[in-house]
Amino acid sequence: MADVVSSWAQAGAVLTVHRWLMVIGGLLLASAAVLVLCLQFGATSVGTGTVATAIARMLRGDEAGSAALETSEIIMVQIRFPRVLMGFLVGASLAAVGVTLQALLRNPLADPYVLGVSSGAALGVSVAILFGVGSTFMLLPILPIFGFVGGLLALLLIYRLAQSKGRLPIHSLLLAGVILNAILTAFIMFITSIMEPNRSAGLMAWLMGSLTAPGYPALGVFLLYVVLVLVVLMQKAQSLNVLTLGEETARSLGVEIDGVKKQLFFLTALLTGAIVSVSGMIGFVGMVVPHAVRLLIGSDHRLLLPASALVGGMFLTVADTIARTIMAPAEIPVGIVTALAGGPFFLYLLLWRKDRML
Amino acid sequence: MTPVPIGATGSWVSVESSAIEAVGLSFRYRTTEGRGRMWTLDDLSFQVDTGEILGIVGPNGSGKSSLLKVLSGLLPVGKGDVRLGGLSLGKWSRTDVARVVAVVPQEYAQVFPFSVAETVLMGRFPHRTARWWSMGIGEETANDFAHVHQAMADTDVLSLADRLVSDLSGGERQRVMIARALAQEPKILLLDEPTAFLDINHQIDICSLVARLRAERRLTVVLVSHDLNVASQYCDRVLMLKEGGLCRIGSPEETIRPDVLRMVYGCDVVVDAHPQTGRPRVTMPMDTVRN
Repeated sequence: MADVVSSWAQAGAVLTVHRWLMVIGGLLLASAAVLVLCLQFGATSVGTGTVATAIARMLRGDEAGSAALETSEIIMVQIRFPRVLMGFLVGASLAAVGVTLQALLRNPLADPYVLGVSSGAALGVSVAILFGVGSTFMLLPILPIFGFVGGLLALLLIYRLAQSKGRLPIHSLLLAGVILNAILTAFIMFITSIMEPNRSAGLMAWLMGSLTAPGYPALGVFLLYVVLVLVVLMQKAQSLNVLTLGEETARSLGVEIDGVKKQLFFLTALLTGAIVSVSGMIGFVGMVVPHAVRLLIGSDHRLLLPASALVGGMFLTVADTIARTIMAPAEIPVGIVTALAGGPFFLYLLLWRKDRML
Repeated sequence: MTPVPIGATGSWVSVESSAIEAVGLSFRYRTTEGRGRMWTLDDLSFQVDTGEILGIVGPNGSGKSSLLKVLSGLLPVGKGDVRLGGLSLGKWSRTDVARVVAVVPQEYAQVFPFSVAETVLMGRFPHRTARWWSMGIGEETANDFAHVHQAMADTDVLSLADRLVSDLSGGERQRVMIARALAQEPKILLLDEPTAFLDINHQIDICSLVARLRAERRLTVVLVSHDLNVASQYCDRVLMLKEGGLCRIGSPEETIRPDVLRMVYGCDVVVDAHPQTGRPRVTMPMDTVRN
């Protein structure tokens, strides 16, 4: 049968192992290049050589206590490296959440920020901060859990709205998202207004979407968490493909729709809660990145999901580098950069390309 | 012959009698729409023989699409029973049903850029062997590709394999959806309004495709149609629904008759014989002046 298959399967009509390896391999290399490049920029810029030595030292594990460490290397190891890696992980998660929501809602404009899922998570985190809940409870990080609960509730609400009359048209779903966002933001504003000024200023800065350099233990936990959730999400890639045919067709193909949906809600809320609790509300990455990637490599979620995650990571790393350097030594929230880049793109899709997606 | 449950291999245990059997089948939606009747489908008993084409016709809202969905297990049986190959639907797992019954929905709107080949390949979903470590990459076997190729060849969409489904015409898209259903290797094909929204050329195209597939693959076909002539010309038997009840079932000559149509639809129509097949042909009367 190999000769029969070769006619169309090898011609790029379907995903092959070869193509998957090429795309993901290429994107991994590009990601590494972007990370190294972005490490150089900052309030003080350093050369590629310093970046290389710093990384080499760090890998050897002698960064602490070494007298020969220069200031630039300390900046590199203590601040910039964790910050850049954090940005990559957050961007990757946002893009993965975007891909999943888009397939689940059969809506190419779905995005955790636009639909109010991020706002839900942010409200959860704000409530936790308002009541001064400690950062950990029995070794569990508390803020992401509040973020998870808030995000999950917002997600269930928006899904309920979207499904009330079969499939909700794209515009109605976006409108529902706008209104949900407005309501949730009002609650968050209320919380900031009754806080002491110095605490509310910190909350506002976080809400605008900003990355900070975490300590290495926290970074390690976050890395493990994101990778684990993404691997579980990848198991659902085939189900996501079939879901785009419509829920009834998916069911007639043997997908246990209700179970799969529950798992997907749970996974996306897990990711959103974690991202929002560490970086606030960063918009449009989850919509712009999957859309661009889909145009280039197609819609098969087995490739789209990991490729979007890598491109999302690169996108946010670059956006954060711009946020760090454009007003140096001051920083602007990265959410402003992504909104300014993604917002107009979103409008363009909504107004001029709607014939292609409705 | 006692019914034998289907194995994990998906082998269809053909029961001599019938492919589908409905016994006292009733169904209602959980939220009744207050239209004055309790059951959307009311006490239907009929059977579909292996290899036959059964057409389901009836006025708007008579429960045609609901019946199709109950037969495929997409909607739950309310009262009574549906048997596939002699075995009650409740005893089938969803994957096992998907290996035997394929459904072509009324309309299909794909918002994402999937190619035709990718779409047809999704029909292999019930046959896939999931291995978690590979995350689904490269899980298609040569057997999968062979079935997809055959399905695309049978529906004449091979030349469209790398085109995007969203770029196709309505008729082409309908053929792709039938190919996707055939990739499931079904024994039973359920079609919901396969000729709706198509021009006459594509209507002929789809109808003769279904007739050919039945002959080539020994498929059992159940199709819902608004078009009485499609039901008359292409179906072996016609099931007529009225307000969720079975009004009549039988050959086109027995069912597509002026008196029956008057009872079901409440209007007079002209029924003559098709010049080629001699089967009943329905046309709108010109002499009736409606108020």
